[in-house]
Amino acid sequence: MLEVDLRKRLGEFELRAAMRVPAAGVVGLFGRSGSGKTTLINLIAGLIRPDSGSVRLGGQTLSEGVAGPFVPPERRRIGYVFQDSRLFPHLRVLDNLRYGARRAGPGAGAIGLEEMVTLLDLAPLLGRRPHQLSGGERQRVALGRALLARPRLLLLDEPLAAIDAAHRAELLPYLESLRTRLSIPVVYVSHQLEEVLRLANELVLLEAGRVLAQGPVSELSLRQELHGMLPTERVGAVLEGVIERHTADGVELRVGAGTLQVSVEEASVPGTRLRLQVLARDVIIATQSVQGLSVRNVLRGAVTRLRTDGDGVLVEVDVGDGARVLSRITTQACAALALRPGMEVWALFKAVSTRGHAYHLGATLSPEPPAH
Amino acid sequence: MPEFRGVSRSPTMSASLSPAELQALRLSLAVAARSVLFSLPLALACAWVLGRVRFPGRTFLDALVHLPLVLPPVAVGYVLLMLLGAQGVMGGWLHRTFGLQLAFTTAGAALATAVMTFPLMVRAMRLSLEHVDRGLEDAARTLGAGPLDRFLSITLPLMLPGILAGALTAFAAGLGEFGAVITFAANVPGVTRTLPLALYTAMQTPDGDAQALRLALMSFALGLGGLLAAEAVVRRVRRTLGR
Repeated sequence: MLEVDLRKRLGEFELRAAMRVPAAGVVGLFGRSGSGKTTLINLIAGLIRPDSGSVRLGGQTLSEGVAGPFVPPERRRIGYVFQDSRLFPHLRVLDNLRYGARRAGPGAGAIGLEEMVTLLDLAPLLGRRPHQLSGGERQRVALGRALLARPRLLLLDEPLAAIDAAHRAELLPYLESLRTRLSIPVVYVSHQLEEVLRLANELVLLEAGRVLAQGPVSELSLRQELHGMLPTERVGAVLEGVIERHTADGVELRVGAGTLQVSVEEASVPGTRLRLQVLARDVIIATQSVQGLSVRNVLRGAVTRLRTDGDGVLVEVDVGDGARVLSRITTQACAALALRPGMEVWALFKAVSTRGHAYHLGATLSPEPPAH
Repeated sequence: MPEFRGVSRSPTMSASLSPAELQALRLSLAVAARSVLFSLPLALACAWVLGRVRFPGRTFLDALVHLPLVLPPVAVGYVLLMLLGAQGVMGGWLHRTFGLQLAFTTAGAALATAVMTFPLMVRAMRLSLEHVDRGLEDAARTLGAGPLDRFLSITLPLMLPGILAGALTAFAAGLGEFGAVITFAANVPGVTRTLPLALYTAMQTPDGDAQALRLALMSFALGLGGLLAAEAVVRRVRRTLGR
């Protein structure tokens, strides 16, 4: 468990942030550039000193006020993967990997060098120098190097930002597979919602040095604080469901009280938990059951909230079991349907609309054990 | 000292070197090497302090280190003589306590050379220190490396091009140091008569023209060789670092 409550002034900018990170799992630290994300994790790592406040990790106080104890970064055992890798240019990949491991010494339960090389596919790179690696390869080495130092917490500062878009997707599966193998908390900093949706269990929203909200991803996906940080077309509820069976087009996913047709890129076993984002602009609201439509996904529920959002209205619908979807409709449509909270409605969207927004959830880190 | 010219056919225009010239060459190499070895750790410490430590008087220390670049070398030699000569403030004490004499010795010539080439070395090292990405040191910190560990495993290896370049440039420049050496260590054959001093002596000798020319050409070749070697070494090291 990581507990942070810090203040730091840097010129005109002031960071005043408090957050809690559970003992295991990935917390996504989400915010625009300049919102203080990197400052916050630098404070956690101890690379900069806070003006006031405290950092506690697993019961140990790492930093307390200005006069209190301050554990230097080299004794914090906090792994850090920097945006720009920061591999040591004079050392081969193998020696980069060993750098932290040597200093940490052996430890029970830690991932060893050989296993790490296998997990991250580093074998062909071991003899190379950092300047001979691609951006994605560099980040894989940096990730391995940080983890081999047996950290108690892992900080990832936009690890995909320096990689060109075409190769960005290559690193994500490695991060996903590691997530299920790690038993330490991970803070993943990003300003790309998609990365955070894929990897994080919880979200912390940071804006202008303040924490706006913290909570489970699906819960925060409904919140105005997050919507304010996204372009209108990216607003959409995050749903989590369990794969029931395979169909010709993909899988059938149990969400809330209904089922969804989801086309998935990878084959998954029934029982696997899946997370997907259904964009609000793709969801149609009907006040009565409709027949004879090509639309494959129909979820029945009740309106829980209506919120004016720009030139339209965001309708939040409870589709059972606490699962909610968002639909963005025009003000006129809202008036014509006479929508109000508590009203029974049907949320309709095409199966294909979920393509590219569905993510596998690691079994060990999902909020509940997978249902069978 | 008898002047006989080994295998030479013509006594005036021989391309081979006389024993006295060889001696001057060897002495120059020895003096330059000793001066580099002596000033290397000090220059490194100085570059570190100037590049990384903020303290009042830093500008003054910076100016002090660079002073030999702008002072007449004779003045530097004179100050050394005042301080470290047998009658000097520290020289007398050194002689009484350790039996150490610097003025008019090879060690003295090396010391004078070291003082003169010190700024060259500090400059090159400081420049390379400024090029070391502090972010790499931060990365090393998060991987558990303390201050000394970080310096030895990250900063020092990354400064290597600058250290080598500084040392080689200082060595090449040290081969030809004249003013400070002749003032502090005098022109003693076999002890402090290095290449430039031998060249100067040859120029003062009635038929020393051919010898002077050979010594001048030799200095030229050594200087050029030193600078080219410095460049080659730096390039090679940079390549292994991927820069």
